[in-house]
Amino acid sequence: MNQENRIKDPYYRSLTRKMLIIFIAVSIAPLITVSGIILNRFSVSYNEKLNAHLGELVLKHRQNIDGFLLEKLNNIRFMARSFTVDELKNEKFLRNNLAALQTEYGSVFEDLGIINDKGIQDAYAGPFKLENARYSDTEWFRKAIKSDFFISDVFLGLRGIPHFIITVRQMSNGKPWILRATISFVAFNSLVENLRIGKTGFAFILNSKGEFQSKPGFEVVHEKSYSFYESIKSGRKTKDGVFFSEMTDASGQKNLYVASLIKNGDWILIYQQDKSDAFSDLTHAKQIAFFIILIGGIVIIVTAFLLSKRMVARIAQADGEKELMNQQVIETGKLASLGELAAGIAHEINNPVAIMVEEAGWVHDLMEEEQFSSKENKNEFERALLQIKTQGKRCREITQKLLSFARKTDTCVEDVRINDVINEVISFCVQRAKFSNVVIKSNLQDNLPLLCLSHTEIQQVLLNLMNNALDSLEKRGGIITLTNWLEGDEVVISVADNGPGIPRANLARIFDPFFTTKPVGKGTGLGLSICYGIIKKMGGEIDVRSVVDAGTTFYLRVPTKKND
Amino acid sequence: MAIANILLVDDETPFLETMARRLNKREFATALASSGDEAIKLLEKNDDLEVVVLDVKMPEMDGLQTLKLIRQKFPLVEVIMLTGHATVETAIEGMKLGAYDYLMKPCDMEELVVKVREAAMKKRRHKEKIVEAQLKEITMRRI
Repeated sequence: MNQENRIKDPYYRSLTRKMLIIFIAVSIAPLITVSGIILNRFSVSYNEKLNAHLGELVLKHRQNIDGFLLEKLNNIRFMARSFTVDELKNEKFLRNNLAALQTEYGSVFEDLGIINDKGIQDAYAGPFKLENARYSDTEWFRKAIKSDFFISDVFLGLRGIPHFIITVRQMSNGKPWILRATISFVAFNSLVENLRIGKTGFAFILNSKGEFQSKPGFEVVHEKSYSFYESIKSGRKTKDGVFFSEMTDASGQKNLYVASLIKNGDWILIYQQDKSDAFSDLTHAKQIAFFIILIGGIVIIVTAFLLSKRMVARIAQADGEKELMNQQVIETGKLASLGELAAGIAHEINNPVAIMVEEAGWVHDLMEEEQFSSKENKNEFERALLQIKTQGKRCREITQKLLSFARKTDTCVEDVRINDVINEVISFCVQRAKFSNVVIKSNLQDNLPLLCLSHTEIQQVLLNLMNNALDSLEKRGGIITLTNWLEGDEVVISVADNGPGIPRANLARIFDPFFTTKPVGKGTGLGLSICYGIIKKMGGEIDVRSVVDAGTTFYLRVPTKKND
Repeated sequence: MAIANILLVDDETPFLETMARRLNKREFATALASSGDEAIKLLEKNDDLEVVVLDVKMPEMDGLQTLKLIRQKFPLVEVIMLTGHATVETAIEGMKLGAYDYLMKPCDMEELVVKVREAAMKKRRHKEKIVEAQLKEITMRRI
């Protein structure tokens, strides 16, 4: 089974799948867990920080607004306590005081008025014509006449413009009177208007009825009501008196609300922001993290896929080699048994052959005494007996070779005449060559020095090369040429055939163990690898040159001097 | 008179008999033994036996053991080992133990004849030298 087919085997496919799943699970699970934990901690931390920031902001603005109202109230209280009602009823005096306040605070103070206990405005300084205006029926007057000071909600009043008033009550001759100041809505509103964050964050003030006390700075303003006011107050409250809540409005938009009571709890300052806008940085960070996890995941999957495929290919290759090794062990066992069997058979055959030859010899001896009627018959008898004798000798040679091959396994180093070894190998191969229509030629130099090596090993190498050459020429016939010559301190032996040659892609691998192009069961892929090992051990080199369709030549270079 | 007295030792009786016939035809006298034991017995009985042609591979007592015994008991008898290729080393070992030579089976009759003749000559020379030495010793004693 070749490598590609082996990988397609269901076992290796299932192994690839399992490895892929394990790789992905082991790699992606920690990635997702760690990223999830980090993101969660980051979200919690970001949420806390954002809430703290918004709470701080609302607190600061609450202080600003409360400070503003208190300051304006104190201005009016100071004036009411500093001057008598009669002085203040003097409109010129009142105008002067208004002018002084406006000089000091800009256009925050719009007008001033003195209102008697009947609710009639006795004196007025300001841009409107409100002298003798009657406030006795107004809600604010009823509240203002009962308390030392009073700050009203924003209302339109007689002038028809949103505003609110600050009043201070004083007593004169046992009767109360009121100093009233109108605070510019624009000046007050600017305090709230400043609070804008992001694209959708803005602030506004509601009274306890849920009515706007400032102009909401955002274009889309939804109807606010008492229930909304109550919902805001029912949110999470901090020890600083800041309320946090989340609500979805009619359009389905989720909003964050951060609020704080102002003006002694009469009003509430509310900061509102679209939640997605408030958490846009966090969302952006989450998107980047998700993108990184996605890319990481893809890289892990691709790597796991390639890695598992490569590892399974290696495993398949190792399994293949193991299988071949097992086959080789079995083959070796078979060969060993065959060798022993061959040796036994060779020896047993020797005796009957000896008897046959002896008997033929005896017949020949007897013939010398016989009178033959025709000379022709005598010649035929002699020819036949000679043939028996010749074939007997041939049998002896065959059994000798068989025994020689089966028994010579020693690797003892001795002085070897290389030409003898080559001729011996040629004689082993002659019969096979004849059947394959192959001609074996030798071109051997006579005066080569003796080589100090193992006879058996060099014989094995040459026999292997010869067998390979014969295999390549088996179907087509051809010529194998054995040549040797001296080159410096080395004897070079070449074994050349004019067979189909070795493709370039295979040339680099032919000495690798288990590399074979022969059909399954025919070659173990160990022959050339063993040759390589033997020649290297001798301190020599083995090399190959091959041209497709022209032939292959193996060169063995063996040192003439003994390898230390 | 025979050219030489030969004892042929081999467990293959047909081989033994044919070889004996051929040697007889060439005027050698032969005795046959199909085992080492038999060979020793024959040697003990027959003092005329000069050369033993001994097969190496035999059941029970093999060629080498037989050779050792012969060398021990009959030092003047020459031994030619006969062997298949598988036991060449054994034959060489036999040479070391004092065998005259060895031949490979199936052997050429002319070659065997030459070797047997040489071995017999050697044995005779050896015997003559011993007789001469004994005569000298007797003469010296008389003097």
